[in-house]
Amino acid sequence: MLELTAFELAQKIHAKEISAREAAEVANTRVEKVEGDINAFVTTTPDIATERAERVDERLKNGGSDSVNLWETVPLVVKDVLSTKGTRTTCGSKILEDFTPVYNATALEKFGEDLIMVGKANMDEFAMGSSTENSAYGPTKNPWDLSRVPGGSSGGSAAAVAAGEGWWALGTDTGGSVRQPGAFCGMVGLKPTYGRVSRYGLVAFASSLDQIGPMTRDVRDSALLLQAISGHDPNDSTSAKVEVPDYLSELENGVSGLRVGVVTELMNAEGVEPEVRAITEKTARDLEEAGADVGEVSLPHATYGLPAYYIIAPAELSSNLARFDGVRYGHRATASGVHEMYRRTREEGFGDEAKRRIMLGTYALSSGYYDAYYAQAQKVRTKIVDDFRSAFRDFDILISPTCPTAAFEIGDKVNDPLAMYANDICAVPASLAGVPAISIPGGLSDGLPVGVQLMSDHFTEPTLLRAAHAAERASEFRFEMKP
Amino acid sequence: MAETKEKQTYQAVIGLEFHVHLATKTKMFCGCRVAYGDSPNTHTCPVCLGHPGALPVLNEKAIELGAMAGIALNCEVASHAVFARKNYFYPDLPKGYQISQFDEPICVGGHIDVPTSDGTVRVGITRLHLEEDAAKNVHVGESGRMHGSTGSLVDFNRGGTPLMEIVTEPDIPTPEAARATANQLKSILQAIGVSEADMEKGQLRCDANVSIRNPDGSFGVKTELKNMNSFRFVEKGIAAELSRQQEIIEDGGRIEQATMHYDPATDEVYSLRSKEEAHDYRYFPEPDLLPLELSTEWIEEKKARLPELPAEMKSRFVESYDLSEYDAGVLTADRDLASFYEEVAKSADAKQSANWISGDLRALLNEEGIEISDSKVEPKDMAELISLIENETVSRSAAKAVLAKVFETGDSPSVVVEKEGLAQTGSGELDGVIEGVIADNPDEAERVRDGDKKVVGFLVGQVMKATRGNADGGRARELLMEKLGS
Repeated sequence: MLELTAFELAQKIHAKEISAREAAEVANTRVEKVEGDINAFVTTTPDIATERAERVDERLKNGGSDSVNLWETVPLVVKDVLSTKGTRTTCGSKILEDFTPVYNATALEKFGEDLIMVGKANMDEFAMGSSTENSAYGPTKNPWDLSRVPGGSSGGSAAAVAAGEGWWALGTDTGGSVRQPGAFCGMVGLKPTYGRVSRYGLVAFASSLDQIGPMTRDVRDSALLLQAISGHDPNDSTSAKVEVPDYLSELENGVSGLRVGVVTELMNAEGVEPEVRAITEKTARDLEEAGADVGEVSLPHATYGLPAYYIIAPAELSSNLARFDGVRYGHRATASGVHEMYRRTREEGFGDEAKRRIMLGTYALSSGYYDAYYAQAQKVRTKIVDDFRSAFRDFDILISPTCPTAAFEIGDKVNDPLAMYANDICAVPASLAGVPAISIPGGLSDGLPVGVQLMSDHFTEPTLLRAAHAAERASEFRFEMKP
Repeated sequence: MAETKEKQTYQAVIGLEFHVHLATKTKMFCGCRVAYGDSPNTHTCPVCLGHPGALPVLNEKAIELGAMAGIALNCEVASHAVFARKNYFYPDLPKGYQISQFDEPICVGGHIDVPTSDGTVRVGITRLHLEEDAAKNVHVGESGRMHGSTGSLVDFNRGGTPLMEIVTEPDIPTPEAARATANQLKSILQAIGVSEADMEKGQLRCDANVSIRNPDGSFGVKTELKNMNSFRFVEKGIAAELSRQQEIIEDGGRIEQATMHYDPATDEVYSLRSKEEAHDYRYFPEPDLLPLELSTEWIEEKKARLPELPAEMKSRFVESYDLSEYDAGVLTADRDLASFYEEVAKSADAKQSANWISGDLRALLNEEGIEISDSKVEPKDMAELISLIENETVSRSAAKAVLAKVFETGDSPSVVVEKEGLAQTGSGELDGVIEGVIADNPDEAERVRDGDKKVVGFLVGQVMKATRGNADGGRARELLMEKLGS
C-alpha cells in the first residue's frame, strides 16, 4: 500500500478495495518504525488519524463514493505552521510549545471534520530556514541520506512523505519552502499563485509571500491536493476571487506547442552546480521532444530577488512575530514588570534565526532606513514582476533549477546564514512575483535527487501542471520510498 | 501699548485630535459585536485576540461611515487609501501592531466652521483616518492604576472597535474655541449618524496639542494634553496648560516636549511621560489587506445620502423660524435639542420657544449636567408653558418657577401651576391687594400723590410680596399710579 500514490490510494478507498482505516494504520505503523531516524514530526496524531478514517469509512458506507471527495480519504501530513483545532501547533518554536489553537486553517477545513491527519510536521522555526535545522524540536533527517538535511522550511513534510510516513503533505512556501525540500527529497512541491489558497490559519511568516502548497509523490497527486485546498476565502482578503478550474482534466494533454523558456540568469546564478544545470537542461530537452518550443529567456532582475527577499520577508515577519509576547498564549517568562516579561519571553522563546531576522526586519523598517531598505526592496520587487510579465508575453512556462545544489550535510551551513540564504536564489523570484512554481525531480546527482523548477503566469496552474506532468513522464526518475 | 504687546506674545496655538468610535454593529476586522459594559472578554474571536494565523477582513460599513464623516467635514475622500501597521508592544494590543492608516488615509484636507463668542472660527481638518481601537487594561489593586497595582487584566471586548481619528490644523485660537470645535464636531458626527460620540462611554476621546507662539511668529514647543473626558475639561485643561506654559516662559524657562494629563479635581496639568524617547512605529503597508479603492460613483452616492448638517440646519432655523444667528446656533449645536425645539415650535410661537429652550431650559440642563434626552421636560410641556404665558395664566417670572418644577418632577405645567398656586393674580384680585397696600402704607402713598415716583417701586414690591410674586409687576405699577392719581 505504501508504494501507491495518493491518487491511486484514494481510488482504491473509494472503490472500497482498501479502507481509510487500513491506510491510516499503515501510516501510523510506518511512523512508529522510521520516525526515530527521521524526526519528521513535532507531534504525531495516530488516534486522530484512525478515528477520523473510521468516520470516513462510515460515510463511504452510508453515502457511497459521491459523498466523499477523493482527497478526504488519504491520510495527510500537515506542516506545523497550519492552525489545527485541538492539536497543538508549535511552528517549530519553543514559544508555542504548549499552544493549542481554537480553530482550523481554511485549507484544512476543506477536508471537513474528518481530516485524516497523521501528524504535525517539523519545520524551521516560523518557516524561516532552508534546512529544518532551525527547529526547537531537533533537525529532521533526509530519508535519502540521514546525514543530510531534507531542505526547509517544510523539511518535515517532505521527509515524512519521502519516508512513507504518509502519502502526501501540506507545506508552506514563502521563498521556496515547499519547492526546495521537495527537490531535496525527490518529490513534487508546488507553490500556487499568491491568492490561490487561503492563508487563514497559516501562521504568518511573510504575509505578502506565504502560500500553502502540496508536497506529493507525483504531479497528479499535486493537482488533486491543489484541487482540495484552492478557492476564495472571505476570511482572507488576499485570497483571489478567481474560479477554481479542474486541475486533473488537462493533465495529460501534453505540451505540444507550449512555449518553454530556460531562464538564463537562474541557470548561471552563483553556486549552481554543473550537474544541476545539466539536469535542468535535460528536462528542457525532454519537453522539447514532447513537442514544446524551447528557447532561452531573460529575467534581468531575477538575481536581485534574493537581497530584496531578505529585506521584505524579515520586515513583515518582524511585525508578524510581535504577537508572541507572552500576554495571551504561548510561553511566558516570569518577570517583575511587563517590559521585562516581554524581553525574557522572547529571548527564551525564539531561536537564533528568528531573532536574527526580527532584528533585520526591525532595522529595515526603522525611520531613517525605511527608504534605503524596505522601499528600495519593493522597487526591486516591482522590477521582477515586470520581468515576469514580459517573459510571459513570449513564453508559457519558464524553467530553472529549483536550487543550486542537491541536499547538503546537516551542520554544513547552519553557522553561515548567507550561504544558507543563497540556497533560495532560484526560488525567490517566483515568490516575489506571486506566480505559481513547481519543483519536480529531474534526476539524481551522486545518488541524491535534484529538483527542476517550472514557473507559469498567475492562475495558470493547469498549464503548469500539464508541463510538469509531461516532464515527469519523460524523466527516468520515479518516486522511491526511503530509507 | 504694553498690554497689547503682551497679548501678542502669548498667542495660543491649539490643535485637536479626536478618536471616535464608529456606529457599526461589528468590529473593524472581524464579526464580533461592538458592545459597551458587557462582561469582559465576551465579544472576542481569533482575529481580535490576535491568534496565530488569523487575518483581518475590512468592515465595509466602517469605510462608509468614515467616508461620510469626511464628506461632512468638507474633506476630500481618497480614491485610493492604504491601511498600515503601526508597530509597538503593549498588552492591550494583541497583534503587537495596530492596523491604522499612515501616509494614504481615507480623507484629507477639510474644515468646519465653529461658532464662538468672538464670531465664527474656521478650523482646518488635516486628515481623517480609520483604525482599530485597542483593548482595555484593568489594573488590579487599590489605586486602580498601573502604578502600585498587583496585577493587570485585559478586556478585549473593546479591542478592534472601529475607530476614526480626526486631526485638526493647529489653528484653534482659544480654549473656548477648542471646546466649541469639539462640540461642533460631535454634533456633525451625530447628525450624520456616524457615531453616538458619547464621551462618557469613551466613544469620543479628545487630545490637544498645545503651544504658545514665539514672539517671532514661529511655533513654540508643543505638549500633548490627554485625559480630558468632557468638553468642559477640554476647555479647562487647555487653559490650565496654557497658563503653565506662559508661567514657564515668563520665568525665562523653556517648554519641554511632553505628554500632560489634566486633573479635573485640582484643575491642574501634570506631566505623564517625557517624549524624549520618541516612538518609532515602523509603519509599513498592511500586507493582509488590499488597498482601498473608492470609485467616484461610490463617493457621490455617499454624498447624496448625507442628512442635514448642523450648519445647514442652522440656516434653515434662521430662515424658517426667523431666529437670530445666535439662537439658531445654540439650538442646532445639539441635535437632540434641535429636534426638541422643532417639536415645540410646531404648536408654540417659534421665537418664544427658542428663547425658553436656549435660555432657561438649557441653563437647567447645564446645572444638572444632563442632556435633553435625559430630561423629564417633554416638548408638549414646553409648548403648554408658553401658551400659559400668552393667555396670562402665569406671569413671566412665575413661569420660570413652573419650568423648574416641571424639570424636577416631570408634572405638566398646568398641574404645577395648580399644585403650587402659581397662577397669575387676576385684575379684580390685584385691585383688592393694591387697595390694601395703599391703606397699610399711607405715608408712602401720600408721597406718590405728591409726585415722588421713586417710592412707587417700594409699593410695587409690597404688592409682589402680598401676592407671593404671582402678580404682573408692570400691571401692579400701572394700577398703583392710577389709584394714586399720579
